[in-house]
Amino acid sequence: MIPARPLAAHPFATLAALALAALAALAWALCAGSVAASPGEVFAAIFGEGGGMLAGVVRELRLPRALACFACGGLLALAGTLMQVLLRNPLADPYILGISGGAAVGALGAVVLGLASPWMDAGAFGGALAATLLVFGLAHGDGSWTQTRLLLTGVIVATGCGATITLMLALAPAVQVQSMLFWLMGDASGASRPWPALMMLTAGLAVALPFGRDLNVLARGQLAALALGVDARRLRRGLYLLASLFTAVAVTLVGAVGFVGLVVPHLVRLALGNDQRLLMPASALAGGALLTVADTLARTLLAPQQLPVGVLTALLGVPVFLFLLARHSR
Amino acid sequence: MAMPSLPPELACPLPWPDPAQPLLMARRLTLCQGRRALCREFDLDIRAGQCMAILGRNGAGKTSLLHALAGLHGADRSADAPETQGDILPGGRPYADWPPLQAAKFRGLLPQHQLAQFAASVRETVLAGRHPHLGRWGWESATDVAIAHAALDCVGLQGFASRDLHALSGGEQQRVALATLLTQTPRLFLLDEPLNHLDLHHQIAVMELLRALAADGRGVVMTLHDLALAARYADSVVLLDGEGGVTVGTSGEALTADRLSRAFGHPLRRVEVDGKAVFLPE
Repeated sequence: MIPARPLAAHPFATLAALALAALAALAWALCAGSVAASPGEVFAAIFGEGGGMLAGVVRELRLPRALACFACGGLLALAGTLMQVLLRNPLADPYILGISGGAAVGALGAVVLGLASPWMDAGAFGGALAATLLVFGLAHGDGSWTQTRLLLTGVIVATGCGATITLMLALAPAVQVQSMLFWLMGDASGASRPWPALMMLTAGLAVALPFGRDLNVLARGQLAALALGVDARRLRRGLYLLASLFTAVAVTLVGAVGFVGLVVPHLVRLALGNDQRLLMPASALAGGALLTVADTLARTLLAPQQLPVGVLTALLGVPVFLFLLARHSR
Repeated sequence: MAMPSLPPELACPLPWPDPAQPLLMARRLTLCQGRRALCREFDLDIRAGQCMAILGRNGAGKTSLLHALAGLHGADRSADAPETQGDILPGGRPYADWPPLQAAKFRGLLPQHQLAQFAASVRETVLAGRHPHLGRWGWESATDVAIAHAALDCVGLQGFASRDLHALSGGEQQRVALATLLTQTPRLFLLDEPLNHLDLHHQIAVMELLRALAADGRGVVMTLHDLALAARYADSVVLLDGEGGVTVGTSGEALTADRLSRAFGHPLRRVEVDGKAVFLPE
């Protein structure tokens, strides 16, 4: 168990610092690359009328990719925060209930069938929604919808998806296997349309934030929440659908990027405590900044070779997480 | 921590002008678990100022009855959820007519188990009791914090506000849960084994606190295992015999050696020591 700081002394200062960090991450993502740009040139490229190759690279390639990474990182971190409350389990992440598995089956299925890349996105989104509805329907069976039943159903569906993915990898021709592996690790190189994810992040925060205190109460358990006047059943359904939608949108755009959804809420909790009203916006900002930085590293570290961004988030996330666990284990 | 009177911060904002009107009425109430009746067709009135104990053996249905009185029976539904028949009327109207947040201002529940999965400070935990009093965008104000601190004082946890909940002992966590319920400032207190994990001193102190609440015009209903404390502090008793039979009466009427021996399935003797009843198992 990772203890949280009780009540942050200056929660809004922390939020402001995170917002600045997110802006800095975006600025770096726009400047860094094979053709380095100064902040002034980036500013001129975005807001000025200037043409030229550099302006084109910044506007057409780096900006959409950076925004997509920011939005997806924010969505995954927010989905992780919500899942941890829903399952009352600090080790829950957005993929624990099989959403990424469903998306992977859909996306890789499109690759195996030789369909064009828009179909891969459609397959990923469709697969994620199908897994969501399947787990919801099965776990809902007798109306109890307990955490254990939900978790077990999700884990079993995820396992089934995992087996299907392995089967597809084994049967796919060698030329397709690399793109499939990149998708599975999470890869932002094809992310060119960030707007749906950005809008989902904004709308999701707007919907979830007013329920922050309800989530604090729900984290204490269903009975306690009901006794305090929280409609726990409806809230849990809303949480599940919202977290699933966030994850589906993110996975469709950048693939199954790991560790952002698990580690970011924990890191933020250490700084801010477990008040969901602060945790949700802070997680979104921190997750967005982390994925933007990781993706910039992924495309510059071994340039012109591009690494899957999921490898970097995991390589950054695993030691950080182990360090935190070791430091706080008693 | 023995409380002669309650601090003004913990007063209930819901007035109850007519003490003759019961806070909660149960009429022809029957609770079933599967085919087994936990309690069959009985009436119950809970009045302001009353301190009531629900007694019975393990599995007799004490917690189910308490949850039913809180309007939460089967709300955390599972496949073998017990069924409720009859009417439960807090403030004269059924729970279905109460908006959930209004009901939470009227009655509060101390659950038997509270397992916090996430680390939290004592202050944060106790402040959760203010939830029904705050608007959708509302944050806890200085007044709410003052209420929480008064509640912590009442259970002998002054100076604990910044402590980590997980670093507390079982008895201290139980008192944090009690303080959370006090912070909710309901009119009707429903407590599931409020003495769990408490040492002797704090058992007495909590019973004194519950009496002080009753003296303040609240209704107090609790499940208990300690018959002597029930005899000493409760003015009325609901005794469940485990087979559907219910005895409702004053503690003098219900707490006879004969009835208790039957309800608990073990012969016991009632002894008076200095005017206080003690129950000795044979």
